[in-house]
Formats: sequence, C-alpha cells, structure tokens
Amino acid sequence: MDSVTEKVIGGDIRTVARLIRDIDDGMPEVRECLKALYPHTGKAYVIGITGAPGVGKSTLVDQMISHLRKKEKTVGVLAVDPTSPFSGGAILGDRVRMQRHSMDQGVFIRSLATRGHFGGLTLSTRSAIDVLDAMGKDYVIVETVGVGQDEVDVVRSTHTTVIVVIPGMGDDIQAIKAGILEVGDIFVINKADREGTDKTLSDLRLMIDMDQRKYEEGRWKPPILKAEAVFDKGVVEMLEEIEKHGKYLMQSGGGLPLRRRKEKVREELAEMVKNRIIQGVFEELLKTGDFEEAVDSIVDGRTDPYTACDSLVIPTLGLSKP
Amino acid sequence: MVAKPGLDGHDRGARIIARAYRDAGFEVVYTGLHQTPEEIVEAAIQEDVDMIGLSSLAGAHRYLFPRTVELLKERGAEDIVVCGGGIIPDDDIPRLKKAGIAEIFTPGTALDDIVKWVEENVKPR
Repeated sequence: MDSVTEKVIGGDIRTVARLIRDIDDGMPEVRECLKALYPHTGKAYVIGITGAPGVGKSTLVDQMISHLRKKEKTVGVLAVDPTSPFSGGAILGDRVRMQRHSMDQGVFIRSLATRGHFGGLTLSTRSAIDVLDAMGKDYVIVETVGVGQDEVDVVRSTHTTVIVVIPGMGDDIQAIKAGILEVGDIFVINKADREGTDKTLSDLRLMIDMDQRKYEEGRWKPPILKAEAVFDKGVVEMLEEIEKHGKYLMQSGGGLPLRRRKEKVREELAEMVKNRIIQGVFEELLKTGDFEEAVDSIVDGRTDPYTACDSLVIPTLGLSKP
Repeated sequence: MVAKPGLDGHDRGARIIARAYRDAGFEVVYTGLHQTPEEIVEAAIQEDVDMIGLSSLAGAHRYLFPRTVELLKERGAEDIVVCGGGIIPDDDIPRLKKAGIAEIFTPGTALDDIVKWVEENVKPR
C-alpha cells in the first residue's frame, strides 16, 4: 500500500484534503490511489441533502452533525456550491452555517465548486465520498443545490436523499413536474413556521400518493416532515426517518453497499467511461488545435457543424461513417 | 479562503473581496464571522487552500494575524500564504510582515490590485 492510501485510511486530514483537491483538479495519478482505497469503502452511510438555494440546507446539515456527534458518530460533509459560468470562480459559503464544528476532530467539512461542463461534479463528488468513507467517517453528507442534472446524479450516489423545500415555492403543478422531486426518499418542509406550510404539505402528499401502487408492492414511501432547522425542530425526526430508510435498504435487494446495486453501478461506470473519453479524446482535440480550426471554418461558412463534428470524431475514435 | 478573525462584526469588506476573487476566477471559501485563528487554520487545512485573506476592522490584528501564521507553521502548513486587510495602521504593517503576513491591503486599495497581487504572488500547488 502506498503512503497516501495508508494516510487516508489513518484519517490524516492534510492528505485527505490534498487528495480531494487532486481529484477535483482531474489529476490522472489519483486513479491509482482511488483503486487502492476502494476495498476500504462501503462502510459509510451516505446522505444527500438537496433543494433550491436558501431553503436552509446548510443549517439543516449543521444540526444533523450535532445530533450525529452526540451519538459519537463521525461525519464527513461535502458542500457543493455553483461555479460562476462567466468567470469560472465560485464563492463557497456553506461552512458559514457549520462553523461551530470546525474544531471537532470527528467532523471533516469540504467545500466543492461545480466547475466545468463535462459532468465533472458528479464524478469528483463520488470519488470524494469514497475518500471520506475510506478515512473512516460513519456518515457522509453531500449537500448540493438541486438545480441541474448533475446534482440529481450526485444525490443518486447516496443511500438516502433528502429534498428540502420551503412553504410557498411553486404550486401543485411544480410538485408533479419531473425532476428533482422524483429522487427524494424523504421530504423536509423547512421554515415550517411560515405561511403556506400546509398547502405545500398537501401538494407533496398528493404527488407521493400518486405512486400508491409502488408502495403496495413494498417500495419505500417518502415521508414528509416539517422542520425549523434554525431552532433544531424536526431534525431528530428526520434522522429517525433516515435510519428507517437505511433499514428498508438493508431488507430490499442488494443490502447497504451502494456498489452492490446494479443500477447505481451502471450509472457510475457509464459516467466514468464518458469522462475518460472526454479526457482522452476531447482534450487531445483541444491540444492539437483541430477543434479551434473547426470552429473557425464553421464561423467562416466553409463547413457546417455536422460535417465538422464528423471529421473531428470519426478519425479519432475509429468510427465508421453513418 | 476569506476569513474574519476575532470579535468583529463587519464583513462587507470581506464579502466584496470574496466577490472580486470570484470574478477573477478563483474559488473562494468564506468562513463567516467571529472565527478564532484555530478555527481558520483548521478550515484552511480541510479545504486545502492556497491562500488565506484575513479581514480585521476591530484593531486586534496584531494578535490575530501573527497567531494564524504561527498555527499554520505548527500544523506544517506554512506553504499557505497569509494576507491581511482592513483598518490597519501604517505603523503596524512592518511588524505584521515580519511575523509572516505576506501583504497588507489597507482601505483605498483597488480590487484589481489585490487580485493582481494574488495572481503574481500565490502559486497554486
């Protein structure tokens, strides 16, 4: 075992922090390290917390950490904030709500920016979960802004996904739209002292009840909870529901390890393969200048984007012409 | 990382700086108010940052800034560059620099100059 792997398993903070950064920066050498860490993963319980900006995700996570620490469980947090599409910069502010845990050696908090356009978030967050798992954290909490496909993918690599909403966000039509609400295992209506809580509750309930047939077959029925995270109301109840959901996962096919579940593995592997292709092929095209040349020839009207794409991709991948 | 050490409730400056860094393409971790140097150093290590920018408007910079540098050394993280800004009397600047603060930015410094300084002096690892 090399020393990085050993140090991660030993829980060395600096090594873990640097490894996550190297993962995020897409350094090729991390692959060997992740391979070595893989046998040490699969022990942590992974919780995804997602919802629109400002619904109180970080505050909720802060309270969750406190309760889990009271039970002497160790906690790793990955807090994802969006990257500016214009400058590539980001302000990662989720720590602000969790600052009281910063001196607790049983808690490791790491902020991540969503960064590029190539699905990198999903992959590096998944690898970062593995690292925190291998370092021995009992729980890994992933907090994301639930707005894009990538974020939905991230929460799919968790055991339990909690969707946080607040009263008055959208009407009953929003609740039946496809997307983020479909991936929730538990729904939390935060800031439940506000007007409109009961309306939001009945909208969500209606949406969930529509899948009645699934629950009759023994599938998990997502509970809806009210909470006021700032006052620590409803947080214990939420953790109880997470535990119940964990038990449900144990009993249903595959057990607890995420990599024993075929659909999760299929998704993750597909993502990884796509990423490697992008790294190997697309970045090469950028380097050789062929890509920019193709852009110029489209702009100058010498060719069309479909032909340009064919001539870039077909020789590189050894594909045949359609 | 942009951090607010000590009992100082004014973070508009820190947030403006954080925003300027963001617009320059940096990833900025903001710690929030009322942090001890210990908390700042711990967070900086977990986040594996290249630089810490400390903002102080309450007059305790002579303790808080050098203490942060000292703790980084203790943790073997002296490669993290520490800068400071805020209401800092000119007389204090040489002393802070001697204590290992790489640069001090006082009121009136253009945001572009601060960003430029970081681009020139902080090398990502």
